[in-house]
Amino acid sequence: MRIIGSRGFAALAVMTVLVGACSSSGSSAAPASGAPAASAPAASSGGGAPSAAASGGGSAATATSAADVGGIDALCAAGKAEGQVTLIATPPDWANYGQMISDFTAKYGIKVQSDKPDADSQAEITQATQLAGTGRQPDLFDLGSVVAKAHTDMYAPYKVATWADIPDGNKEATGLWWNNYTGFESIGFDTKLGDITKVADLADPKYKGKVALNGDPLKASAGFNGVVMAALANGGSADNIAPGVDFFKKLSDSGNLIPVDPAPATIASGQTPIVIDWTYNNGAQTAVLAPKGTTWKTVIPTDAAPVAAYYNSAINKDAAHPAAARCWMEYIMSDAGQNTWLKGFALPVRLAAMQTAKTLDAAALAALNPPTTPPVVLTQAQTDTATKYLTDNWKFISIK
Amino acid sequence: MTDSAQTAGLASGGAGSRRLRGAGNYLALIPFHLYVGVFLILPTLIVAYGAFTTADGHFTFDNVNRLFSDSVYVDAFVRSIQLAVGTAIAGAVIGGMLCWAVVRADPDGLLRQVVIAVSGVLAQFGGVMLAFAFLATFGFNGLVTLLFRDYLHVNILSDASWLYSLTGLAVVYTYFQIPLMLIIFLPSLDGMRQEWYDASASLGGSSWSFWRHVGGPILAPAFLGALLLLFTNAFSAYATAAALISQGAPLATLQIGAAMESEVVLGQENVGKALALGMILLVSAVMVVYALIQRRASRWVR
Repeated sequence: MRIIGSRGFAALAVMTVLVGACSSSGSSAAPASGAPAASAPAASSGGGAPSAAASGGGSAATATSAADVGGIDALCAAGKAEGQVTLIATPPDWANYGQMISDFTAKYGIKVQSDKPDADSQAEITQATQLAGTGRQPDLFDLGSVVAKAHTDMYAPYKVATWADIPDGNKEATGLWWNNYTGFESIGFDTKLGDITKVADLADPKYKGKVALNGDPLKASAGFNGVVMAALANGGSADNIAPGVDFFKKLSDSGNLIPVDPAPATIASGQTPIVIDWTYNNGAQTAVLAPKGTTWKTVIPTDAAPVAAYYNSAINKDAAHPAAARCWMEYIMSDAGQNTWLKGFALPVRLAAMQTAKTLDAAALAALNPPTTPPVVLTQAQTDTATKYLTDNWKFISIK
Repeated sequence: MTDSAQTAGLASGGAGSRRLRGAGNYLALIPFHLYVGVFLILPTLIVAYGAFTTADGHFTFDNVNRLFSDSVYVDAFVRSIQLAVGTAIAGAVIGGMLCWAVVRADPDGLLRQVVIAVSGVLAQFGGVMLAFAFLATFGFNGLVTLLFRDYLHVNILSDASWLYSLTGLAVVYTYFQIPLMLIIFLPSLDGMRQEWYDASASLGGSSWSFWRHVGGPILAPAFLGALLLLFTNAFSAYATAAALISQGAPLATLQIGAAMESEVVLGQENVGKALALGMILLVSAVMVVYALIQRRASRWVR
């Protein structure tokens, strides 16, 4: 739900719009001005890169695997000497990032600076360009696939120790980026409303004013894939999302769909008792709401093929903390890190290999209960076709 | 030191010292000019530049053309204007009447103090918090909605879908427009003198003729200025609308947000800038009209 918070910027004046526009366009000039200053962060962050070089043999900034700098332990020791690692767009309630961060710091003693937790993928790239060379730029990216593939010139190639476990279709061959975790599009709901198992259930008249979709499908990946899910449940396909748009049109006309942006606060207060979102967002609400006496259930609908969209990991090639950044990647791709995603209702990319090696957290897998059929993941071409259709047709929301 | 310089300037009174004083005034304004330059002029230029360029930096009219040819953007602008005009008028009229009531009250009284203090807070009460407050009160499971339905057994509020429409947005916006009107318009009403009314009455003027020839013309520029501020306040509001209506981006500001932040459709930043440019030009046009009316309205003062 991090797209939600990104809208929270208090743009109450045209001027704010202007400043926002200014900062994003400023990015085009940033690489030029950033280049000469690139040596600055190493000096300002206590000699990060040199110390990494001293402890490893090779420089962490150019290391393409832990072996280049003397193994994971040496890498992480160098990372500790750098002082911290800077993340962006990693809210604690998103795919269990909170636990991931505290476990990482406990294990390696590296402080995690988590900037702009509610930023979306595009904002990560903007921040990296704007802050390039300041020492405050993000060291790592966690990106949706569309954004990830559009900015490969900004990543440092790196292959984690568990690289071989990542299926070939889930990684860029030279290590620029790789799929890390995915959720499934799901329906989360308050069980007081009855039981929901299918997309079709959402059209029940008793759910009038209760269904919310996380984000405009033309803006947020969760909302977009919610429409894909509805399409699959209504005779559509990855190539044809029209039935999904029609379904939401029907929900809107009947008043079942409310255009409110679902957030933890609207869920906790009962304003959005049914939410279409990723499993790792909906799933996280169960533990939050239990103490309040609300039973929040998350289901992957049975009348649609499962819909997934991987989030991708990449290292900023201008990272101010190159060793700590690589150490973080090693950790989140380790068995412990991948199981942490699973506990947060996200499916780790190394799932199959870990199942074979029997290192997967079976209880967490059972709690997520992933579908056995292979998920539908839209290709870039299919996404383009779908957004074209949405641009022309997603404007039905009742504005009286 | 400043005093002596000024005194000397006044004493000699020559053309040279006036020029010096002019330069001094100009120097004092430099921080202001810098501020305006960095936070208003520069962003405007960047927006204007972006609006006429493609993603890879070539000149184009496409972005701006879409403002007129693409019905999504046309509709968004129309709705934004409707909403801004409607809530500005509602806020100005209701807020103006509230001002009048406050002015008539004891100037040192508790009522006045409380109303001004509360307005100061509520005028700034916007964004996600305000949207959420309305959801929790009038939404489908809102407190008042349920109160009406379950305890009073009245069904007028049970269809809460009005809240998620343009009507709902208008009500929510008016909620912060009224107190803003009070804050900006109250000083003008405070400036009205009982003596003026008495003078008018002693010359045989009726209440109507007083307002027609004295009160109205005095207050008109301030009222118009307030109306304009309310218009831009609503026209440029973003976060409140985004929280209430997150689907379909029905307003111009929401379309800009979608163009700038989308993680699904990339490369629309310059369309967003074209939309922002459209908003700037529209507000500029309103400002020009306002300045003309202002000049006309305050002509008798000169």
